[in-house]
Amino acid sequence: MAALEVSGLKKSFGGLKALNDVNLTVQFGTVHAIIGPNGAGKSTLLNAFVGRLIPDAGSVVFDGISLVGLPPHQINQAGVVRVFQTPEIFGELTLLDNVLIPAFSHRDGEFELNGWSRAAQQASVHEAAKHMLEDVGLYGKRNMVANSLSRGDKRRLELAMCLAQEPKLLLLDEPTAGMSRADTNSTIDLLQRLGDGKVTKIIIEHDMHVVFSLAEKISVMAQGAIIAEGAPEAIKTDPRVQEAYLGGAHL
Amino acid sequence: MMNTLEKQDRWMLLGFALVVLAGPLLLKPFGAGYPDLLQKFCIFGIFAIGYNILFGLTGYLSFGHAVFLGLGSYTAVWSFKLLSMNVVPAIILGVALTAVFAFLIGYVSLRRSGIYFSILTLAFAQMAYNLAYSVLTPLTNGETGLQLAKDDSRSWDRFFGVPLADGLPSTNFFGFSLVGYSGFYFCAVLLILSFYVSIRITRSPFGLMLKAVKSNQNRLKYTGINTRSYALTAFVISGCYAGLAGTLLAVTDPIAGPERMHWSASGEVVLMTILGGVGTLLGPVMGAGVIKYLENILSSFNEQILQSVFGFLPDAIEHPVIKVVGLFVGEGWELTLGVLFLVLIIFVPGGLMQGINSLQRRLFPAPAHAGADATPGAH
Repeated sequence: MAALEVSGLKKSFGGLKALNDVNLTVQFGTVHAIIGPNGAGKSTLLNAFVGRLIPDAGSVVFDGISLVGLPPHQINQAGVVRVFQTPEIFGELTLLDNVLIPAFSHRDGEFELNGWSRAAQQASVHEAAKHMLEDVGLYGKRNMVANSLSRGDKRRLELAMCLAQEPKLLLLDEPTAGMSRADTNSTIDLLQRLGDGKVTKIIIEHDMHVVFSLAEKISVMAQGAIIAEGAPEAIKTDPRVQEAYLGGAHL
Repeated sequence: MMNTLEKQDRWMLLGFALVVLAGPLLLKPFGAGYPDLLQKFCIFGIFAIGYNILFGLTGYLSFGHAVFLGLGSYTAVWSFKLLSMNVVPAIILGVALTAVFAFLIGYVSLRRSGIYFSILTLAFAQMAYNLAYSVLTPLTNGETGLQLAKDDSRSWDRFFGVPLADGLPSTNFFGFSLVGYSGFYFCAVLLILSFYVSIRITRSPFGLMLKAVKSNQNRLKYTGINTRSYALTAFVISGCYAGLAGTLLAVTDPIAGPERMHWSASGEVVLMTILGGVGTLLGPVMGAGVIKYLENILSSFNEQILQSVFGFLPDAIEHPVIKVVGLFVGEGWELTLGVLFLVLIIFVPGGLMQGINSLQRRLFPAPAHAGADATPGAH
């Protein structure tokens, strides 16, 4: 069953065709990787999914809902949650607050006038937040201010924040960029464990180790279009991919 | 109402209430123990607490909050003139009308953020000031200000047969006159209630979202939150606080003039909040107190008082000292405020609350003390 269907998606910046007729189908519950050289349009594609930019043409349908033209918070409430390339967290707040915010968003929706209840007394939300922080191994640091974390921990925190919303579709933009090998492996581990086949994941990544560890299907982008698609084994040997992306070298 | 708060907040509220109610005694040695000034502490404390809900929590710096102060005052005086000298309808009408205007001004201004938001609110404030000063003279009585008159209709008072006073009537709370100390205690109770409400808001999920707006609005949008609705609600709440403060100004002195909406009045509440500590609970009230104290006490200092203070010095030193210090008191009291501001912003940018907290940590380096009022983002 298709979770996300993208068809005829186009976006130009001046003369540059950043997205040139992108068609993509992502199956429910799978991990789908999008790879390609720098400037291929991968991040632009994610931006079009989450409402950060409005495409010139084409459609993005998730779970039967057309996402094009919806404001970012409504796309998020529909279940599409994005992990950014540089961690977007609430730097001045504690780790616990950082995870409570998406947990409240998941429970209460886009706006709730609950100025009279106590945040500290909402047991179910706290339970969810605690669970998420434990999952990424940050529960011990829950009272620290998020800005004081290392870069790798910030990425893990952002992942916990996104998962606290119980997303249906998780968009990961280079989740391991800048991480040490050990951190990368633990993140791969975490991503494999999380969701348990119920969360569809789209992952943009340059690290082939990560891609081939996680992805069930791979789409290759170059110059704003998808040039090849298939199972990891097929992609590895596809000559077009090696030409466009790997410069002809063998994996 | 206390068992709905965390333990440390309960103690803070209790201490706050005691200090406020004992204000007349506590401030007597400082020459501020008279109702006129004590009322101002309370009223501007309410104004600053409300302003802090917007600026301190969401980070939106409004430069036009005096509009709501003025609006509250004008509405209250009209209520005194047309309906009743009872303050309850005045307060209800004042706050309700302010809420409507805060919604309209906030709805437009919050289309932009940062400096553009501040400029939009300033533009609204200047328009309101000019409307009150000249255009709407029939409603505001222009430069002179709106005042009570002997032949005001006061229909509700007449209907209920409230006996007429000889001169101008005074404001009352169901027949209980609010002149002098009773006026102060009326404002003091409302200040304590306002403080309690602000604690509740700060500790609620709603308050957490407001802090998130300040910290990273972009992330919040991609976390499924309608950030503008939260900011607008905070704007309206803080507008209502300002409206309440405005009506209380009219309750304690039933006159309303356009200068209440002047941009300098909008700037004053920004100074109060920053001076006390942006985003802290107690800070804004302290900032309001300090500024109103300096304004009223320092400005009343003259050469005679200075001579009695520095009288012990030999004449050769006394004269130059009085010359220099004299610049900073009386009409020049704002110089003192300026110097105080410079020192604070440079050495303790978190305001008085940061100063108190770090002093407390230095004196009592117990690890258990986490700083009862250390809301994040205070720096």
